[in-house]
Amino acid sequence: MNIKADFPTLIQETDYGTPESTAEKQVTLTVDGRSVTVPEGTSIMRAAMEGGVEIPKLCATDMLDSFGSCRICLVEIEGRNGTPASCTTPVGEGMIVHTQTDRLDAIRRGVMELYVSDHPTGWNEKAGTGASEFDAVAKSVGLAENRYGVEGRNHVHEDGVAPGHGSLAVDYIARDESNPYFSYDPAQCIVCSRCVRACEEVQGTFALTIEGRGFESRMVAGMHEDFITSECVSCGACVQACPTDALREKTVLEKGMPERSAVTTCAYCGVGCSFKAEVKDDEVIRMMPYKDGKANHGHSCVKGRFAYGYATHKDRILSPMIREKITDPWREVSWEEAIAYTANEFRRIQYQYGRAAVGGITSSRCTNEETYLVQKLVRQGFLNNNVDTCARVCHSPTGYGLGQTYGTSAGTQDFDSVEFTDVAVIIGANPASAHPVFASRLKKRLRQGAKLIVLDPRRTEMVKSAHVEAAYHLPLKPGTNVAVLTSLAHVIVTEGLFDEAFIRERCDWAEFQDWASFVAMPENSPEAVSKLTGVDPELVRGAARLYAKGGNGAIYYGLGVTEHSQGSTTVMAIANLAMATGNIGRPGVGVNPLRGQNNVQGSCDMGSFPHELPGYRHISGEAVRDIYESLWGVKLDDEPGLRIPNMLDAAVDGSFKGIYIQGEDILQSDPDTKHVASGLAAMECVVVHDLFLNETANYAHVFLPGSTFLEKDGTFTNAERRINMVRKVVEPKARYADWEATQELARAIGLDWNYTHPSQIMDEIAKTTPSFAGVSFDLLDRVGSVQWPCNEKAPLGTPIMHVDGFVRGKGKFIRTEYVATDERTGPRYPLLLTTGRILSQYNVGAQTRRTENSMWHSEDRLEIHPHDAENRGIRDGDWVRLASRSGETTLRALITDRVSPGVVYTTFHHPDTQANVITTDFSDWATNCPEYKVTAVQVAPSNGPTEWQKDYNEQARQSRRIKSHLEAAE
Amino acid sequence: MSPTIYMTIYIPGDSGALALGAEKVAKATAKELAERGIAAKIVRNGSRGAYFLEPMVEVETTEGRRAYGPVKAADVKGLFDAGFLTGGQHRLALGDPEDIPFIAKQTRLTFARCGITDPVSLEDYEAHGGLDGLRKAVAMAPLDIVKQVTESGLRGRGGAGFPTGIKWKTVLDTTADRKYIVCNADEGDSATFADRMIMEGDPFVLIEGMTIAGIATGATKGFVYIRSEYPHAVATMNKAVEVARKAGVLGATVLGSPNAFDIEIRVGAGAYVCGEETSLLNSLEGKRGVVRAKPPLPAIQGLFGKPTVINNVISLASVPIIMDKGAVFYKDFGMGRSRGTIPIQIAGNVKHGGLFEIAFGLSLGEIVDEIGGGTRSGRPVKAVQVGGPLGAYFPRELFDTPFDYEEFAKRDGLIGHAGITVFDDTADMLKQARFAMEFCAIESCGKCTPCRIGSTRGMEVIDRLAAGIEPEKSLALVTDLCNTMKFGSLCALGGFTPYPVMSAITHFPEDFKPAPARVAAE
Repeated sequence: MNIKADFPTLIQETDYGTPESTAEKQVTLTVDGRSVTVPEGTSIMRAAMEGGVEIPKLCATDMLDSFGSCRICLVEIEGRNGTPASCTTPVGEGMIVHTQTDRLDAIRRGVMELYVSDHPTGWNEKAGTGASEFDAVAKSVGLAENRYGVEGRNHVHEDGVAPGHGSLAVDYIARDESNPYFSYDPAQCIVCSRCVRACEEVQGTFALTIEGRGFESRMVAGMHEDFITSECVSCGACVQACPTDALREKTVLEKGMPERSAVTTCAYCGVGCSFKAEVKDDEVIRMMPYKDGKANHGHSCVKGRFAYGYATHKDRILSPMIREKITDPWREVSWEEAIAYTANEFRRIQYQYGRAAVGGITSSRCTNEETYLVQKLVRQGFLNNNVDTCARVCHSPTGYGLGQTYGTSAGTQDFDSVEFTDVAVIIGANPASAHPVFASRLKKRLRQGAKLIVLDPRRTEMVKSAHVEAAYHLPLKPGTNVAVLTSLAHVIVTEGLFDEAFIRERCDWAEFQDWASFVAMPENSPEAVSKLTGVDPELVRGAARLYAKGGNGAIYYGLGVTEHSQGSTTVMAIANLAMATGNIGRPGVGVNPLRGQNNVQGSCDMGSFPHELPGYRHISGEAVRDIYESLWGVKLDDEPGLRIPNMLDAAVDGSFKGIYIQGEDILQSDPDTKHVASGLAAMECVVVHDLFLNETANYAHVFLPGSTFLEKDGTFTNAERRINMVRKVVEPKARYADWEATQELARAIGLDWNYTHPSQIMDEIAKTTPSFAGVSFDLLDRVGSVQWPCNEKAPLGTPIMHVDGFVRGKGKFIRTEYVATDERTGPRYPLLLTTGRILSQYNVGAQTRRTENSMWHSEDRLEIHPHDAENRGIRDGDWVRLASRSGETTLRALITDRVSPGVVYTTFHHPDTQANVITTDFSDWATNCPEYKVTAVQVAPSNGPTEWQKDYNEQARQSRRIKSHLEAAE
Repeated sequence: MSPTIYMTIYIPGDSGALALGAEKVAKATAKELAERGIAAKIVRNGSRGAYFLEPMVEVETTEGRRAYGPVKAADVKGLFDAGFLTGGQHRLALGDPEDIPFIAKQTRLTFARCGITDPVSLEDYEAHGGLDGLRKAVAMAPLDIVKQVTESGLRGRGGAGFPTGIKWKTVLDTTADRKYIVCNADEGDSATFADRMIMEGDPFVLIEGMTIAGIATGATKGFVYIRSEYPHAVATMNKAVEVARKAGVLGATVLGSPNAFDIEIRVGAGAYVCGEETSLLNSLEGKRGVVRAKPPLPAIQGLFGKPTVINNVISLASVPIIMDKGAVFYKDFGMGRSRGTIPIQIAGNVKHGGLFEIAFGLSLGEIVDEIGGGTRSGRPVKAVQVGGPLGAYFPRELFDTPFDYEEFAKRDGLIGHAGITVFDDTADMLKQARFAMEFCAIESCGKCTPCRIGSTRGMEVIDRLAAGIEPEKSLALVTDLCNTMKFGSLCALGGFTPYPVMSAITHFPEDFKPAPARVAAE
């Protein structure tokens, strides 16, 4: 396939210079003789651009509010004095604007001449890329010479003359190369403040500033620090905003400007940011956030923007490998041999142990099309329903809880909805670390005056950071979500804060009354539950009043809600709160699960669960089975298959022997590592289809090399149900895209699959799944993205759900009785461990650990309160032993009061940490989602890694051996 | 002499007088009173503005006030010996201060009390007509106050000359949960001191003016942003605000009316550009003092994004008399579109330096030669810079220009904050042009390019001119640069720097001839 034909050029997005005005009133003006009609409040600059007249500019860009500092965009307006800046001057009815006159040309050239008199380009030397906006503007204003010369005061460093040693460049500041992804060259800075404003307005971190005044003015990070040591979170917004080469991606400086690009979707978190993957000579040069991306609107985080280096990391396995025993070294083989071996093994196992002895795991990292094929392989090929997915360990309670109450297993809003939110509630999530681009949008809304309520055991960044402070932080004890949420409901009901009209119209009134009588019981009052939850009742009452009566209330939640023994109950408690206060069915409100992975929504949608066919239709439904049976030509099993933990149990019992795992590292990500290990070890054919020899692969017999998101076409579905295109920008490094590998396997076991492009898979999904009926690659190419349901009723998708009524009919209130987890603290394990993510790393770290992101987070640390640390004689940075009933591990301590006394916290990005050795096998009552967020532990000083960690590392080292080609030839 | 009747001695506490030794005079006077056992009260009044006579000591006699000056501490004993407390003759005796020509020729409306009253005595203030304007205002509808100010023709005295009433009307018409009155007291122009004098000499008139502005526009909070170089003004304003609060002039019920208004005094941090209104607002908000682009106008989105009246001290201090005596009374002074009076501040190389309040319309020549009395050095006047460091240099040929916003603009000048600096024939106008660029370079906030880079380049090119390097090219480049700065700059700092530069080049071309030629010419 000729990629170049698919995207021959670099996508250039129009920069209108200033943000869009949303005013309804239209204003008509004349720009250079052309009549232009735009909304009131639009800048002259933007109006001109919309009318096809580009006014040169340097400090203006449509991602940022106008600033008016560069003085290049000046225009003349008939009847007005002077030469106002077109970026800061709004349009007026009947205004007559001239953008090109002799006077304007002279001023623009004059300003540009001043710029180059203090800029490397004025020194007749090649500086930067020569392809910046600055270079283009210098050309467009017709600047011919620099009459000021280069002898005067300047920021440019003369070669060979060190500043202060005869050089005139007393203002010279050395280049900052500390960030692994971009460099900052102050000599090329034109002090337009676009970087500073991007950091403030778009990202919300406020890490950059202009230091000095007048000629000395220069951008600096933090308190004149290196970027890497400043508060900078490396989101890249400043680099994107910079009109010169002062801030520039190192890859661009090293390899030159990219030549071609395609719009694709980030493969990290569930925000689903759109990027332009920019390529030169079949190599990705950089990932540029795409302004038309509906989830991110041109913003990004350090992962999506920069951390794609894993795609070319030396650890990537590019050849299929097999081995008979997991103690053997790997043997590289051809695809044909690997596929044939696998097919034979699965056939043998099913013959020997029965049809149900094999299964598959779909990946939330792969495309919808790939996920669909894996479950199809299991159902059509293995003829059982033993398919599950990693959503089991994260958001399965969301599917269950929202399905029960509202009738859909997904968030109710689009991300844009946050712009209409007055009160945001964050429960068990830290979007600043895990969903950074959404966090930036939320922070922007908070800076505009919206209020925030945070329910979290930790004082997260959202509770207090630059220009953001939560109105209420409810620092609950881990495991008490239901008690706190029910007590919020208690206040709403007993203080009469509920929305009776909404409830009567949209919900079942009798069910509401039953629920209300339950939550109103005295034992559910904030005062009564405070002993369990540790939350000041007054805070609960204040938060309840604010959420109920503070305008549009929107709830955003994460795995701190779901990964509990009462995860599903908590989701229902959230759904109840939103219904009771009428916060459903319009922009600015809703219940919004923040999905952890790029396609966790999609993998759930695609029938990855053992009891559901695509579109959340139960396998027991005859009509639904009919659709697939007639299309696939097989009789489907009408009984739900095994969930992941059940597969492992069955393996230990000897009845489950073979598994095809696409893109998931269950050994690292699933709870109770020892149990997972023994389950895997008991199987006879474990097939791991992945980019790297992950931890699970230590127990694998077949390794199939995977493809990255850059190497295939397909779709991802993000947390707002948005189906985004993934586009191939480089050829698969290991020959096959993942969907092709699955197809090869399917054919080898005798299925007649003949897909030549993922679009055909999507066509099959659309044909068989009502909520996807209108989806096709053609549609996505045309409109960019759609949110399901997308069908006849909603041909362009559904941004907000339950607008005129709940999907299930009447919204259902469900009692949410608090049942304490069996995991309790006691004398032996007096502390509660909870877990989470950090900004620069992602999940088990398979990708981010193989990028420069490790500069920010090279190990997992145990956060512990100073009081608890003092009691145990632990100092900051000490090795500590972390032990639970399940096991123990060691890591280094980080003493901080972000956690409350009695609570400890760690991330799980590094396999050395083995945090899941500690976690227990308790899980959600409804969905088996593991209780990662609560484990009773003890912490004590330690000398270093445990025996288990040492043994594990040795076993991993052994199992990763690959026979050299030479040996194989012998 | 009855023990209950005190004699009153006025010794200015004004910074200008203090700089000339007023504090020592006051100490010597107190010592002398103690030694002689005389029960007299020393009032630290403001200055009447005749700085060539400061420290000017006044005593209250049965025939009225009698002035002596300039008094040095060493003169005090002699003054006592001469019986100055009862108006006794002395070589420093100036007679009735109102008859001193420099004072007698003035029309004191805004400065009516300055130098006469005890600055922080509200009784004294009221005894001299203070609060009469506010009393009328509290009984009026906001729109009527705004109308009266508009009809008076009062224009912003900070330099831009924008009609005060129209600005107030915009704030009045903009609905918001909160509005502000901000007084710009960051008086940074060289040769200007009117704001300082009124804050030190009659602070209540500013408080009264701001309170009226608050009532007129619906603002309940006022800020006075005073430059840090004015510690005495800061102290006096703080004291006066406290007194006004205690007396119910400020607070929840202004003079017992339903209007609430309070004032906070804020001190700048030394940046000239914070005298530019939008930078000042940024600074007040605790941000970097850089200029904001307009629109949005501060009247619509000002301090903390709320509608804000931002006026100069003198503009606000002129409001009470307009409210008291009426729009017509005030409007009857002046000429053309410049109505009322203007406190001209005469400084530099001048014989009679000081503040001279008069109706608009006096010619520049009258001000310099007659009021100012020519140069202090006695040499001929070469140039006068009007309007601070960003004002144009006027040669004698333009001395017929009447002191009026429009008339000065016609001749490529500006009256600005009405400070004038006199230079004699030894001044090198090339150095003055360079100084303008240097001033701009030092004070530039760094936001807009013409000012940020242009001012530094301006110095460099003028240096080249001075060194005789490619003089014609350099002159052409300075002229182009001035064009870029004038039309391209974001605010008046960069935009007005070309005025002194180009006026020097235009009116004194001989100073810009290459150095050898200049030497030869001499």
